[in-house]
Amino acid sequence: MQANMKMRAKLVGDTTSGGVTEVKVIMSHPMETGRKKDDFGVLIPAHFIQLVTATLNDKPVLEIQWGTGISKNPYLTFYLKGAKVGDTISLTWHDNLGATATQDIAVIQS
Amino acid sequence: MQPNNIKRRRFLGVILASSASALLLPLRAMAAIWNKAAFEAGQLDKAQKDLGVSGETPSKEIEIIAPDRAENGAIVQLEVTSRIPNTEAIAIFVEKNPTALIGNYIFTNGALPQIVTRIKMAETSDIKIVVKAGDQYYSNAKNVVVLENGCG
Repeated sequence: MQANMKMRAKLVGDTTSGGVTEVKVIMSHPMETGRKKDDFGVLIPAHFIQLVTATLNDKPVLEIQWGTGISKNPYLTFYLKGAKVGDTISLTWHDNLGATATQDIAVIQS
Repeated sequence: MQPNNIKRRRFLGVILASSASALLLPLRAMAAIWNKAAFEAGQLDKAQKDLGVSGETPSKEIEIIAPDRAENGAIVQLEVTSRIPNTEAIAIFVEKNPTALIGNYIFTNGALPQIVTRIKMAETSDIKIVVKAGDQYYSNAKNVVVLENGCG
């Protein structure tokens, strides 16, 4: 499961002035609801990300549960206080069929 | 003498069995976390109840940025910011979707209660946001006109 996530983490300002790190993520995933039919009229089984977790230097910062109502190739932006340039932000997703993917990114100055 | 392909079959069987049991553990752990009842509920009221939401207070301190009209319900970009102190979680509901609960975002350790995400909308509906802060729940809503069903 390579290259199925694109991530960027930018620190705006600096940590001493209460800088905020903006993390943007795009995950490659079909996010099938289980209600759509293919060209032959056959139902496409549900296939969607259920759980997303994010950590900052191994410390949990965000836990997300998703249903089928998130758009295909999910897009997400979130914001962290207290991160420094070079810190590691890691994101992991799990889907309803047991697949999973993880990606790390280092915080950069904007 | 056993043909080689039978030995190979047995060998593969052992591999498959062991990897299946290794897979079961994280799946079970996940099932405990993922709120199946709430996510599979069709009605907004039931989805909220299954998520544990009770006695919510309307609040303008929840900011919802979404388009007034969406051409295609398959991708509706949504930004939510909570200015309510001690916000722990933000839940997104679309009242008229086949399943109302879209997602639940839980913040800890310096994550700010603000997110941008893209959601599917089946038809014109309110997007309802419920914020959890301590034992209290707060909500706000924004109507989005949807021209094309995005839930296929």
